[in-house]
Amino acid sequence: MTVYFLCVVLLTMGLYCLVAKKNIVKKVIGIVIMDYAVNLYLIIIGYKTGGVAPIIEADMPLSTLERFVDPLPQALVLTSIVIGLGVMSLMVAMCIRLYEKHGTFDMSVISKLRG
Amino acid sequence: MANIAPQLYALLVFMVIGSIVAIETRNLLSAVISVSAVGFALSVAFLFLGAPDIAITQLVVEVLVLIILIRGTILLDNTAVDTHRDTLAVVTSLIFFGLILGFGAMIFGSRGFPEFGEPVMRVSKVYVQTGLPATYAANIVTAVILDFRAYDTLGEATVLFTSILGALALLRREGKVSREEVVAA
Amino acid sequence: MKGMTLIVKTITDFVAGFIVIFGAYIVLYGHLTPGGGFAGGVIVACAFILLMLAHGADVAFSKLPEKVAHVMDSAGALAFLGIGWFGLTAGFFFMNTFGRGEMFKLFSSGMILPFNIAIAFKVGSSLFLVFSALAIFRRRSFRAMIEDELA
Repeated sequence: MTVYFLCVVLLTMGLYCLVAKKNIVKKVIGIVIMDYAVNLYLIIIGYKTGGVAPIIEADMPLSTLERFVDPLPQALVLTSIVIGLGVMSLMVAMCIRLYEKHGTFDMSVISKLRG
Repeated sequence: MANIAPQLYALLVFMVIGSIVAIETRNLLSAVISVSAVGFALSVAFLFLGAPDIAITQLVVEVLVLIILIRGTILLDNTAVDTHRDTLAVVTSLIFFGLILGFGAMIFGSRGFPEFGEPVMRVSKVYVQTGLPATYAANIVTAVILDFRAYDTLGEATVLFTSILGALALLRREGKVSREEVVAA
Repeated sequence: MKGMTLIVKTITDFVAGFIVIFGAYIVLYGHLTPGGGFAGGVIVACAFILLMLAHGADVAFSKLPEKVAHVMDSAGALAFLGIGWFGLTAGFFFMNTFGRGEMFKLFSSGMILPFNIAIAFKVGSSLFLVFSALAIFRRRSFRAMIEDELA
């Protein structure tokens, strides 16, 4: 139970960094930390005590199939990691454009409306 | 295989401490490097949890995240972080996050939630038993993402395509000025 | 963008080809050992990004021009969809209709091998393109800022 709780603590810290920091790059770092926490949580849910990786070898006894960890969350996380990379590159592109237009990374300066 | 809980706790505590360093430090370069340290520890944690596919992918993706973050933002001259803080936002967020943590503790301690180490595996039992005879693929995770659930992989390819297209469209310079700049460079 | 020192360039010349071969191995044996199209595609993109970082954008674009990378990107996505349509002829969408082959061999398990190759092309060229756009944008923007200050 404590393992799940530490995952939620990691997610909460990423969320705090996203909300309470002013620098845009810190916000991107917060989103990256939240990504890690969610992927870790999904893999931890699928873990079986004394489990082995779900890869069948040629000379394996049939009883090892009972000891496989859950392959379904791993399939979901595999695509989620690469999607996280794509979305993070989009966010960094936005950071660069904002810096070029406003000259700073500070969110309170950028979010003022100008006439 | 022996009980992995001590190693997993150690890695999780390391990740929490690394995230605290990444959030609170003032130098942007240190923050980016701390986040990458968290990512590498995550890859080792995936190895302990019996997911070698995911560990390989997380490792190489982490290297690219580090390169893109450093390349995109650190070489701009603004490495200092603005320091005056907004107490209302911080206090409100801390109250709400305390509520989230309390709610999480209530759920994870309740009786309906499966224990750590005993997954439910109602659908995966079918995948594990019939993976090799049905698809002849020895890697069950590949059989799941490319045969049993190939439609989800199509969705993932679409999302990746769209996000990279968005990033390329944002970083475009229009007009003839760019070509002269490139020739003169 | 400029390259790096001579030591980095020499090591890159030795190592970049092996990285591409390793990435291709992880893609092709994705249905037998851990790996698959996503990890292998990212590794192949890392090889070309290493070329760009060590030698500069011109050498990297002479090995893999930008138009070719765009075509490979779109071709990978269309090939994934096209192979899925092919399964429609024998049943439902994405049904695995190619021959199964023998177990534990390279050319086995039907459509999974073409899927892995298509995904590797798509992911690899996408990530190379986005990194090259970031790097080149840096160079142009810096030059524009300097010229604005001098003018």
